[in-house]
Amino acid sequence: MPESQSPAISTPVSDQIMIDIQSLHKWYGAFHVLKDINLTVHKGERIVICGPSGSGKSTTIRCINRLEEYQRGRIVVDGEELSNDVQRIEHIRREVGMVFQHFNLFPHLTVLENCTLAPIWVRKLPRQEAEEIAMRYLTRVKIPEQASKYPGQLSGGQQQRVAIARSLCMNPKIMLFDEPTSALDPEMIKEVLDTMVALAEDGMTMLCVTHEMGFAKTVAHRVIFMDGGEIIEQNRPHEFFTHPQSERTKLFLSQILHH
Amino acid sequence: MTQPHIPHPDLPPPANAVGAIGWLRRHLFSSPANIALTALALYLLYALLPPVLNWAFFDATWRGDSREACSGQGGACWIFIRTHFAQFMYGFYPEAQRWRVDMLVLLLIFGVAPLFIRTVPAKLKRRLGLGLLIAFPIFAFVLMRGGILGLAAVETSSWGGLLLTLVIAGVGMTGALPLGVLLALGRRSTMPTIQALCVTFIELWRGVPLITVLFMSSVMLPLFLPAGLNFDKLLRALIGVTLFQAAYMAEVVRGGLQAIPKGQLEAAAALGLGYWKSMGLIVLPQALKLVIPGIVNTFIALFKDTSLVLIIGLFDLMNIVHNATTNPAWLGFSTEGYVFAAAVYWLFCFGMSRYSRNLEKRLHTGHQR
Ligand SMILES: Nc1ncnc2c1ncn2[C@@H]1O[C@H](COP(=O)(O)OP(=O)(O)OP(=O)(O)O)[C@@H](O)[C@H]1O
Ligand SMILES: [Mg+2]
Repeated sequence: MPESQSPAISTPVSDQIMIDIQSLHKWYGAFHVLKDINLTVHKGERIVICGPSGSGKSTTIRCINRLEEYQRGRIVVDGEELSNDVQRIEHIRREVGMVFQHFNLFPHLTVLENCTLAPIWVRKLPRQEAEEIAMRYLTRVKIPEQASKYPGQLSGGQQQRVAIARSLCMNPKIMLFDEPTSALDPEMIKEVLDTMVALAEDGMTMLCVTHEMGFAKTVAHRVIFMDGGEIIEQNRPHEFFTHPQSERTKLFLSQILHH
Repeated sequence: MTQPHIPHPDLPPPANAVGAIGWLRRHLFSSPANIALTALALYLLYALLPPVLNWAFFDATWRGDSREACSGQGGACWIFIRTHFAQFMYGFYPEAQRWRVDMLVLLLIFGVAPLFIRTVPAKLKRRLGLGLLIAFPIFAFVLMRGGILGLAAVETSSWGGLLLTLVIAGVGMTGALPLGVLLALGRRSTMPTIQALCVTFIELWRGVPLITVLFMSSVMLPLFLPAGLNFDKLLRALIGVTLFQAAYMAEVVRGGLQAIPKGQLEAAAALGLGYWKSMGLIVLPQALKLVIPGIVNTFIALFKDTSLVLIIGLFDLMNIVHNATTNPAWLGFSTEGYVFAAAVYWLFCFGMSRYSRNLEKRLHTGHQR
């Protein structure tokens, strides 16, 4: 049973393990980026990962859907172990949604087409059904009226919400967020965070790399602090922010909370 | 007391900034250097245009059936073109069989036209496009070549004129683009063998002049082939032109592929799309759109390079015009002949260029960030 207790938003966390990372090591050439990462995420659990730049946060979550290869350790996602088998990797990616810092929407497709592309070509849904689902999620992220526009015609916040909707259209079991708000202007950050909070309320299993500490306090079951390719500390948000255990965590928190 | 804010009314721009006068000021008379250039251009037009127009139109002979009608006018003798026109179009394709070519041209026009009409449903367009790409060439070859179903056989060696130019250019383009795309993808592949193969192919073909390729295909290839096995000359030219241009096309397409941010592939991968779907649905549509000018540039070069097949004795438009100017009965009209050939080449190339600009505009989807 996960040790974490309910945050401000309380949705059930089950015993079922969704992500299991065991002694993960990764090197870029001779550079040891990830050093013995161990992390277990249960179904319905929400985890925020923070840490200084270059600490390996992005690399860690990108290993989960195999956007990055790793050299040692194992990762099991929803009962399936990641291997070099392309079919298996693609199968796991279908179940794992990802939202990027720079949105990465497809600029040559309309918002609606961005959302229906994978359901039609990967899930093999009929176009009409895919469009209905897409409109449902676009409504949930509050931009159904933009469906026929191109990404280049939207604001950053709108684009990021489309990116979230695009991932949700695949009906993923896990959502990964890599600094989804750090490329946004302040007034747009809130609209994206609100969308993510709503997702949390639905009980989605979430892994978020973010420095939005308010968000972490509201939704996270656990906050993980990384530095130098290692997990230094993990705790419930309240304890994490009020009683950080290590010096490095204290230093980091003082830096991001005081400006 | 606060004054309510009254918005400033929209004023029309000053008169000298808009309209014809504004345009002239900005583009032709904006600086002393610009004024000098404008004057020079006007002088050149004045000096060159009248003689050209006089030769081509006002002093030209249009009516008549023989070269005698042209004597003494001083202008162009377009009768030469008129009497040879059919030959320029069909080459030595037998007169009685030319209806086959006409039919194919009509079929092609009716097949291609719907692709350019915006209201035609995409599904129909896709089927039509596929039919044109796969079924039409086979059908066209069978019909033109004949020899079955009671059709008289017409050897490819008697195909000629604009017909032959279009056959080579058409096959070259439809073959070079997909092949070039594959080569470009292969060159960026993570698999070393495939990458090495593609790099070798591209560099090999880019490193030799087309004329050498054609020459080797007709002179050297037969030396290696077993005696008696006769490889059609036109087929050899088609293969040579296609592979040669595919190498160029590959580099053009690679330029486009490199411009696509890595994030696009990552987003596609994260959604579970495999390599071919990511490429076909996400990367290539964007990359090809970026390099439309380069692709059309290659197409135009290809179109004009078809004239090099004269080196292996094929009578394309250029060669057949050249041939006609050496006809003893019509000596002395080479200017008319080459001007006509140039005009035809220009017409096709300019058409491609205009279409590509139109396409670029249509595919533009909002400002890039
Ligand atoms: N392709 C690569 N080749 C070599 N080194 C890399 C590569 N990608 C990342 N790194 C290095 O790996 C380390 C971890 O990178 P990562 O992107 O995971 O950091 P991060 O914690 O997400 O940082 P940030 O907050 O800046 O996004 C960094 O030192 C980075 O320079
Ligand atoms: Mg990062």
